[in-house]
Amino acid sequence: MSLDDLYKEVILDHYKNPRNKRPLPEATVSKHKNNPLCGDDITIHARLLDGKVTELAFEGQGCSISQASASMLTEAVQGRTVEGAGDLAREFRAMMEGSVDPDEDAFGDLIALKGVAKYPVRIKCAVLGWDVLQDALDGTPGA
Amino acid sequence: MATVKEAAVDARRIREDFPILSRQMAGKPLVYLDSAATSQKPRPVIDAVMDFYERSNANVHRGVYELGVVATELFEGAREKIAGFVGAADPRTFVFTRGSTESINLVAHAWGRRFLEEGDEILLTELEHHSNVVPWQLCARDTGAELRYVPITDEGLIELDSVATMITSRTRLVAITGQSNVLGTRPPIREIAEMAHEAGAVILVDGAQLVSHNPVDVTALDVDFLSVAGHKMLGPTASGGLYGRLELLETMDPFLGGGEMIQEVHPNESTYKEPPWKFEAGTMNIAQEVGLAAAVDYLAEIGMKNARDHERELTAYALERLSGAGAQIFGTMDPDLRGGAISFWFEDIHPHDLATILGDQGVAIRAGHHCAQILMRRLGVPATARASFHVYTIRDEIDALVDGLEVAREVFG
Repeated sequence: MSLDDLYKEVILDHYKNPRNKRPLPEATVSKHKNNPLCGDDITIHARLLDGKVTELAFEGQGCSISQASASMLTEAVQGRTVEGAGDLAREFRAMMEGSVDPDEDAFGDLIALKGVAKYPVRIKCAVLGWDVLQDALDGTPGA
Repeated sequence: MATVKEAAVDARRIREDFPILSRQMAGKPLVYLDSAATSQKPRPVIDAVMDFYERSNANVHRGVYELGVVATELFEGAREKIAGFVGAADPRTFVFTRGSTESINLVAHAWGRRFLEEGDEILLTELEHHSNVVPWQLCARDTGAELRYVPITDEGLIELDSVATMITSRTRLVAITGQSNVLGTRPPIREIAEMAHEAGAVILVDGAQLVSHNPVDVTALDVDFLSVAGHKMLGPTASGGLYGRLELLETMDPFLGGGEMIQEVHPNESTYKEPPWKFEAGTMNIAQEVGLAAAVDYLAEIGMKNARDHERELTAYALERLSGAGAQIFGTMDPDLRGGAISFWFEDIHPHDLATILGDQGVAIRAGHHCAQILMRRLGVPATARASFHVYTIRDEIDALVDGLEVAREVFG
């Protein structure tokens, strides 16, 4: 267990330069959650059209892991079908539980978060955005 | 720098009594700076618990055989000792509970729900831990009483003028921390007690942090209730209790119903024992309270004034080192006005990231809202990093904390 496994360059880059961090007026659904333990806070805005996630953005504040994970999520999920997005969310959670060794090519930047699994208290930070995404995918538009 | 000395307490000697302090964390020597969450336990406390189970274990107030008498004497002896430690001469005024949270819930239930009515006011402060907020919210919901909060100053202090403004003829209870678990603030309890009594109100002091770091005398402070958290004062978890003025304890409802708190039980009604046993239903935390008595002996030998002086010295040193390293400190910078819980932000590094990086250096601090979300909102932050001390803390550990901050700066640089 070492800090380098947790705070990889790519994670710090997403934290300092978050992708798709903005409001999304054309969103069909926005969902929000926080982690009361540390005050991490994520809102996901999604535009869902014809069973596809055509556009995705997030807003929020919190620790580097929660914010970097949400930033990576918006890139990884954009353009996927709703079903495909749900699959990725499940695979991500499985990676955090350490039960799956994901395909590095398919996972892209997200693979950098694998090291979080070694810090049990921080797993909640990494999956927060994905929980919100799941709510958005399951939820009724505009809720 | 470093003009103060660790003279009040020989912390290096004391550390030898705490087996856990010789272990490592993340492959480094353990630097335990989270004593406000729970304190570590010295050998005499661990031995007292073990000894109780090995030689004296029986249920109390029941067995007529010799072992039952021995266990009862140890349990009631612990009550007398712990009560005396907070200045309560009469052991009947000390009810055993699992700690501060349960003690406050006991008062909210047995006093609050019994005596409060619609239109009554409960006065809290912005400093309070959730354990001195939520029980009153539940009590207010059931009685129609209203909660009001004394604001803090920008330095995290409670001013008597603010208290005076907030106390009205409708105030029935002032419930206030003796020492903030976030900012270390120590409100002027004796003066506030006087103001509460002048207004005809009762005062409860949340003593979770106060009692473990300061000499406390309920008679001199003239408070009506004081909660005591054993696990924060070197005692076992689930030990502690509630001091209550006898006249109040006598008129209050029971808390939990069950065995041992009754005189007579009939199909539709029962009569109850006298305080404190009226509030102690079921088999109590016997071994834990016996362990807490050993902790009280241990602290009494150090002397609580010395413990406070030691904490003050460490606090002064830590405030100087942390602010020198560029940390933003919350609360007053005057060590005479605060105890040794120091909340801070370092650079723009989120406290959770900071605590993870420090943990990797063997340094245990707390990150989060510290069960004080009302205070976090007042400070305008979602969370803080917090370092806190006890009698076994040494300056080297504060140096290790500051070194760890530099590692964090490198990671996030």
